[in-house]
Amino acid sequence: MKRLVIVFLLILSCKETPKAVEVTEQLSKVHHQGEAIVLDIYDYDGLEPLINKDDGKVHVVNFWATWCAPCVKELPYFEKINSDYKNKNVEVLLVSLDFPRQYDSKLKPFLKKKNIQSKVVCFDDVDQNRWIPAIDTTWSGALPATIIYKGNKRQFYEKSFNYEELETEVKLFLN
Amino acid sequence: MKTLKLLAALVCFVSLTAFTITTDSGYEVGDVATDFSLENIDGKMVSLSDYKSAKGFIVIFTCNTCPYAVAYEDRIVELDKKYAKKGYPVIAIMPNDTDVKPGDNMQAMKARAKAKGFTFPYLMDEGQKIYPQYGATKTPHVYILEKTTDGNIVKYIGAIDDNYQDATAVKTKYVENAVDALLAGKEIKQKTTRAIGCSIKTKK
Repeated sequence: MKRLVIVFLLILSCKETPKAVEVTEQLSKVHHQGEAIVLDIYDYDGLEPLINKDDGKVHVVNFWATWCAPCVKELPYFEKINSDYKNKNVEVLLVSLDFPRQYDSKLKPFLKKKNIQSKVVCFDDVDQNRWIPAIDTTWSGALPATIIYKGNKRQFYEKSFNYEELETEVKLFLN
Repeated sequence: MKTLKLLAALVCFVSLTAFTITTDSGYEVGDVATDFSLENIDGKMVSLSDYKSAKGFIVIFTCNTCPYAVAYEDRIVELDKKYAKKGYPVIAIMPNDTDVKPGDNMQAMKARAKAKGFTFPYLMDEGQKIYPQYGATKTPHVYILEKTTDGNIVKYIGAIDDNYQDATAVKTKYVENAVDALLAGKEIKQKTTRAIGCSIKTKK
């Protein structure tokens, strides 16, 4: 997966500036001895291609953190979408905004305990004023937040979901 | 044909206006901010009008329980220490519903303020009536107000600085730059920024 991202960034970098190559070097992985969970960590330049895929699939991207109560509450709904709609070309990506010092102490144990099946990545980029409006111009910056997109069709939600609401929104992208 | 075009333009205009109204609740830079009377951690009621000699205010919606807010606590204390004496005191307001977030109740606010040595009022938005008027959506969320004869004018909305994780790695201090500009009678360069934060908690 990481290789794929780098290839993607390299392709991007050919088109634009060589700066993107440096960004790939900032990507790193959290390895924890004795634990199977390995998490990719991205800054905004690394995350950007992951939330702008044009592969014909419906992508559900949820910004969350283990300490964010409404995020944790709605996480099972995203998991259910991930399992129920896997065969319908829907992909869920959980973007964790947990602080780096808590990746090992909080995030990984949480993922293990809750047996999270959706793809999880860590997002670590402190320049909030740059990436909040880049992710969506209407995002005030509050968590939780969700993007659903397919190709150029895109919807941003600064809100909490229940399962019915989330499923309704996902279905709007299926046709 | 001409009427049709005009009608189309009108429909477009009306829908645009409607859209603006529904998405933009709360203050924008230039608006007059409401005063309030909210209970402080010492049991006394606090209003902006109590501050007779203030030139303005650094109003910060914040709380005990949000990690982003906690990460900024020391920096909020520093802001008050630096700017209260220059006429811009910090006024912190806790906007969460305390049934949803008991860790933000008055007792917890008192304990947190004592532990961190808050030098500024830390007010409870009882009934959650004030934060929606300001348009705060998260903690922390800053509004810098300038006191004028027309009222307290909103001059800046957004983040404290550009690094929520590490105070020592901050490159741009948005709030300090804005207050410095106001004190110098200059135009604020960056009037709005986006801040990451925890959504303000309400009963559904």
